[in-house]
Amino acid sequence: MAALVLAEHDNKELKPATLNAVTAAAKLGGDVHVLVAGSGCQAVADAAAKIEGVAAVLLADDEAYAHPLAEVIAPLVVSLAGDYDAIVAPTTTNGKNIMPRVAAQLDVCQVSDVIAIEAPDTFVRPIYAGNALATVQSADAKKVMTVRGTGFPAAPASGGSAEIRPVGGAGNPGISSFVRQELAKSDRPELTAAKIIVSGGRGMGSGEAFSIIESLADKLGAAVGASRAAVDAGFISNDHQVGQTGKIVAPELYIACGISGAIQHLAGMKDSKVIVAINKDEEAPIFQVADYGLVADLFEAVPALEKAL
Amino acid sequence: MKILVPVKRVIDYNVKVRVKADKTGVDLANVKMSMNPFDEIAVEEAIRKKEAGEAEEIIAVSIGPQQAQETLRTALAMGADRAILIQTDDTVEPLAVAKLLKAVVDAEQPGLVILGKQAIDDDSNQTGQMLAALLGWPQGTFASIVKVAGDKLEVTREIDGGLETVSLNLPAIVTTDLRLNEPRYASLPNIMKAKKKQLDVKAPADYGVDTAPRLKTLKVEEPPKRAGGIKVKSVEELVDKLKNEAGVL
Ligand SMILES: Cc1cc2nc3c(=O)[nH]c(=O)nc-3n(C[C@H](O)[C@H](O)[C@H](O)COP(=O)(O)OP(=O)(O)OC[C@H]3O[C@@H](n4cnc5c(N)ncnc54)[C@H](O)[C@@H]3O)c2cc1C
Ligand SMILES: Nc1ncnc2c1ncn2[C@@H]1O[C@H](COP(=O)(O)O)[C@@H](O)[C@H]1O
Repeated sequence: MAALVLAEHDNKELKPATLNAVTAAAKLGGDVHVLVAGSGCQAVADAAAKIEGVAAVLLADDEAYAHPLAEVIAPLVVSLAGDYDAIVAPTTTNGKNIMPRVAAQLDVCQVSDVIAIEAPDTFVRPIYAGNALATVQSADAKKVMTVRGTGFPAAPASGGSAEIRPVGGAGNPGISSFVRQELAKSDRPELTAAKIIVSGGRGMGSGEAFSIIESLADKLGAAVGASRAAVDAGFISNDHQVGQTGKIVAPELYIACGISGAIQHLAGMKDSKVIVAINKDEEAPIFQVADYGLVADLFEAVPALEKAL
Repeated sequence: MKILVPVKRVIDYNVKVRVKADKTGVDLANVKMSMNPFDEIAVEEAIRKKEAGEAEEIIAVSIGPQQAQETLRTALAMGADRAILIQTDDTVEPLAVAKLLKAVVDAEQPGLVILGKQAIDDDSNQTGQMLAALLGWPQGTFASIVKVAGDKLEVTREIDGGLETVSLNLPAIVTTDLRLNEPRYASLPNIMKAKKKQLDVKAPADYGVDTAPRLKTLKVEEPPKRAGGIKVKSVEELVDKLKNEAGVL
């Protein structure tokens, strides 16, 4: 019994989501190996080798993997799959893009967004925007799954000393190519790894108004989140969206400002340890999940909060 | 170019679902059902491609119970040309849906298949990628812009860090994200016209696909409820609670 974890990285750094996936993979009961597929990504492999509980790192360092195109990565994973009983990736946009392609090539079902592992073949996953939790048992010989970071603690990033094995590429089918990336640059913590998140919704009214959220976030060392409505309105970019179809977060503290609390938004943040809601409508559903609700105009309350800290 | 658009009938996104007391699933009796919102976006995108002269025919396809005909009629009323229902009362998992869709693709030879990125009932986010794998086609998932560029398709994708643009050979698979477009409402005359459009009803067996589930649902439960909180009267009280009661500051 061994599990292969698909590392999340940008060729320079190993992303924290990998650490949660390693913990999930270890729960399956066998050895845990990590696959680093990239280009010029030795540093990532070195970091992966240090993760506690990792027995081996497979390094596929090849120009073809410079960008994680599913058409190129999936065949690589499939070519390695013979040695593994399970293939695990974090539920990131990469994991979501690549893993079903792997599963279909192996003719197995994929279990998406697992939040708990009951047995090597039995998994808990949210359905209906997290309004129900399904416990499912897979009859497939090989398990292919994505795992939700908030469901599993991060494995310690140091303490391990796994061997790094180079693995050959599986070629490039040449049906797709990378054109460009526009990545949001920010010194703030990543949403899915942040301890505190300050989020704004439609109630912000404009993109400029988000500066009061950002200012509060900076004072707290927090990440900035948003509702779909705020992203759709162009107040802030898509990578900030929290929710059923955005990012799932569970920080120590989540401060929702001008967000009504639609089920799709709650799906993304209701496992936060402490939730604060600032909303001028005392009937807003967000108050039903908030530990501390403040009925107030956010344009007064948010700057006042920053000052009071 | 033909465009194939798979549409799923799901519980309406506004409905608060209830888990059944016997833990076998969620209660779907007398609950409002609609087209999966991401699939509405997929239908809209196909129509826009046709309006731009980049596609000639749009075929909507659904796998589901007889009532999924309503979902297909909605797609036809929005502007799809014809529809196929692969009728079954069984739960069909994404892998089996992808296999059925592959059979439809083999028969219809579309140049593009546009799916939703995720069905809001099972939240699987798999079917498009699986269909792409089975066909050996490229995939542009979580699309916010889809442009035909000569014999290629340029797709801008919503990814964790921002946006990424990829170029795909045609034929290709696209899955929609929320910002791709805003779906139109069907007008009354178009709803009337849709009633006369062709809708073929098939069975999974017609395509020779085994749809037996690979996953057994052992139980479905409600998630743990959050204990109710309190309302604070002022920013000062809030800060005090966060520091001294919750201990998160
Ligand atoms: C398929 C699908 C997927 C979706 N996925 C997501 C998702 O992933 N994430 C997500 O967030 N949503 C998602 N949604 C959208 C969701 O249904 C809601 O529409 C959205 O969350 C609403 O955003 P909001 O709370 O910012 O806006 P609104 O619901 O309009 O709420 C704005 C709130 O701001 C308050 N307000 C206004 N002005 C002020 C002020 N000055 N001071 C204080 N309060 C003020 C108002 O009282 C109101 O409660 C999805 C919807 C669909 C159909
Ligand atoms: N039963 C179905 N009938 C038609 N299309 C489906 C069906 N199931 C899934 N799809 C398509 O696949 C997409 C993703 O679904 P899923 O992988 O289940 O999250 C949906 O948005 C639909 O476009």
